[in-house]
Amino acid sequence: MAQAVADHPVTEQSGTNYINAQRGILSWLLTVDHKRIGLMYLVSTTIAFALGGFFALMLRLELLTPRKTFMDAATYNQAFTLHGAIMVFLFIIPAIPGALGNFVLPIMLGAKDVAFPKLNLLSLYLYWTGAIFTLSSLVTGGLDTGWTFYVPYSATTGTAVVKVTLGVFIIGFSSILTGLNFIVTVHKLRAPGVSWFRLPLLVWALYATSVVQILATPVLGITLVLLMMERVLHIGIFDPTLGGDPVLFQHFFWFYSHPAVYIMILPGMGIISEIIAVHAKRRIFGYKAIAFSSMAIALIGFLVWGHHMFVAGQSQLAATIFSFLTFLVAIPSGVKVFNWLLTLWRGSISYRTPMLFALAFMFLFTIGGLTGLFLGMLSVDMHLHDTYFVVAHFHYVMMGGTVVAFIGGLHHWWPKITGKLYSEKLGAASAALIFIGFNATFFPQFILGARGMPRRYYNYLDQFQPLHQFSTVGSWIIGLGMLVVLYNLLSSLRSGASAPSNPWGGRSLEWQTASPPVTENFEVAPKVTHGPYDFSTESQ
Amino acid sequence: MSTAETTARGGEQPALSPQFHVAHHFDSADTQFDAGRMGIWLFLVTEVLLFGGLFCAFAIFRSWYFDSFVEAHHHLDKVMGAINTVVLITSSLTMALAVRSAQQSKKELTAILLALTLACAATFLCIKYVEYSHKFHEGLLPGKWFSAVGFHTAHPGVFFAIYFMMTGIHGLHVVIGMILISWILKRTMKGEFSSRYYAPVEGVGLYWHLVDLIWIYLFPLLYLVG
Repeated sequence: MAQAVADHPVTEQSGTNYINAQRGILSWLLTVDHKRIGLMYLVSTTIAFALGGFFALMLRLELLTPRKTFMDAATYNQAFTLHGAIMVFLFIIPAIPGALGNFVLPIMLGAKDVAFPKLNLLSLYLYWTGAIFTLSSLVTGGLDTGWTFYVPYSATTGTAVVKVTLGVFIIGFSSILTGLNFIVTVHKLRAPGVSWFRLPLLVWALYATSVVQILATPVLGITLVLLMMERVLHIGIFDPTLGGDPVLFQHFFWFYSHPAVYIMILPGMGIISEIIAVHAKRRIFGYKAIAFSSMAIALIGFLVWGHHMFVAGQSQLAATIFSFLTFLVAIPSGVKVFNWLLTLWRGSISYRTPMLFALAFMFLFTIGGLTGLFLGMLSVDMHLHDTYFVVAHFHYVMMGGTVVAFIGGLHHWWPKITGKLYSEKLGAASAALIFIGFNATFFPQFILGARGMPRRYYNYLDQFQPLHQFSTVGSWIIGLGMLVVLYNLLSSLRSGASAPSNPWGGRSLEWQTASPPVTENFEVAPKVTHGPYDFSTESQ
Repeated sequence: MSTAETTARGGEQPALSPQFHVAHHFDSADTQFDAGRMGIWLFLVTEVLLFGGLFCAFAIFRSWYFDSFVEAHHHLDKVMGAINTVVLITSSLTMALAVRSAQQSKKELTAILLALTLACAATFLCIKYVEYSHKFHEGLLPGKWFSAVGFHTAHPGVFFAIYFMMTGIHGLHVVIGMILISWILKRTMKGEFSSRYYAPVEGVGLYWHLVDLIWIYLFPLLYLVG
């Protein structure tokens, strides 16, 4: 383990930190400490991820053969719906802002807490409440609409649509409140010397994410209210037999859910900026370009929702405009990737676990991003729409991108969060397993999709079987990699070495306080006199 | 520190409290007030987008079923709608004056003005109740519940779906507003607010103005232009 020198060595503290400052279950349930709330988010979202992952493995297992393998078709429909709904609403959207964001954002600003600590706790409780509603569908008839809840089917199916949409509605409030809290915190609680351009890039990314959360989520909220009304009272806004418009639902839904894609990926990009700069000991290349590209992605992201509906009967003019705007998003995304690459160039790269995940991210996200351009092109999308190509594309972005970034970030800040060092060997092994397993699972799906395999199908043509089997075996490798991550991190709590305050030699504020930090984050109020990436290696 | 946070919550002492406790994570009371104000404004943005979806649905269906919207809107009671508009604008005035008097540490006047605002809100809801009963009685209802006779255009049920969703969700906001106003009225009577600390009055005031503003759009769109 490389032992880097902290630039403001922290005096060994008296042994109290945010974890052992107070004891008892109530001290956790009633806490307003952003770090404790972050930790509870981490545990909750990890459980959600495990559950969603379980459904994913079951789906892949069922697809081992072209016909029934072990579950019937109705169960299969419920499994893919719950996989999607749990992963999107209970894991990816809340995970990075809720867990890592809550933990590091105030510390990065030099603040003692977020601006509204009680509201922060309320966010967590709303998340739990929404999760209970969503998961209660598991025992009350399941859900088989797909995570998108498209009408008219969602207004007529016999499964638990209202419970899940109510759950998602409540989680939406949680998301809004987290976003609101972060924006006000960034504006009002920066320590002396932390100017806007001295903010670590994760903060910029979380800020951009929060803007999207605040502007997009209310529209999902009203959409779900209308859907519940449609289903319970048949008010006729979405039901075509009563004069309503199911395509309006799709517009409303994607007006939220496309920007939501950026709620998912932007924090991941922020994490990658941190990891790459710190583990390459290199001032980030194009700081402002990365910061502004986050904002650009957040804003342009609001104008592209129509690309989910190229075959839903929207006008050709609208489709063409949406197609062009979609290509536009590629520019800020590309700006980021090139800046990361140039940061690595001539950096002193250490291949620790976070860096391995960051490199995997760059590879996988680039494939995911570029295949998004195929889908943004009207003529190509006519062919690829609703095929496995789309499935592979968004898994490369959401899992190869966000999940890999999340795991990388988790390793990066694990010493800070827990005060323990994990095993780099196991870390490297898990990164390799996940990278190999991921590509084995999803690359064949590009080919399947290009050959016409539709998504969400229970049976398929015999000729697709070899690629499906390849993909299923890949999913087992990912599963194994995830177990190694879990084992590595959890066993570090028991037997890991104590972490120094600054194990990687980072320059941002979270590395200038103890590991784990004290309750109000800093022993002495921090004053910042340098940027977050001004490494001593470059001072000459 | 969580206890510090709890006691900071408005310094629950009786007297007008210039010695309001600053929450542990803010460097000054002013920063704390600024943060609260910004939080309220951001919350109002989310409200605008929530209603934005409904306004959008209104625009789309109005262009689809223009004749039907024109025919259906004649069944709304313009007089009651207009009275309600006046009532809500009056309540905005009393609310604004309440914030002003709270800033001037005039406890009794603030309480009276808040009570007047509450009375206006209640009047609004009563009139709305009368309107709703008429609609229910005549079968002017959303979607499959629409049973009024004598309509010449298709899908008037869509108009009433939009009408009930928009005014219903707005009405819910009025109810929530009344709860909030009652809460600050109680705190006013306890003497918690002063020229130094009036943030909750101001925050609830901002929310109330937004609720009024939404009605000021709803009234002409639904009642007057169809």
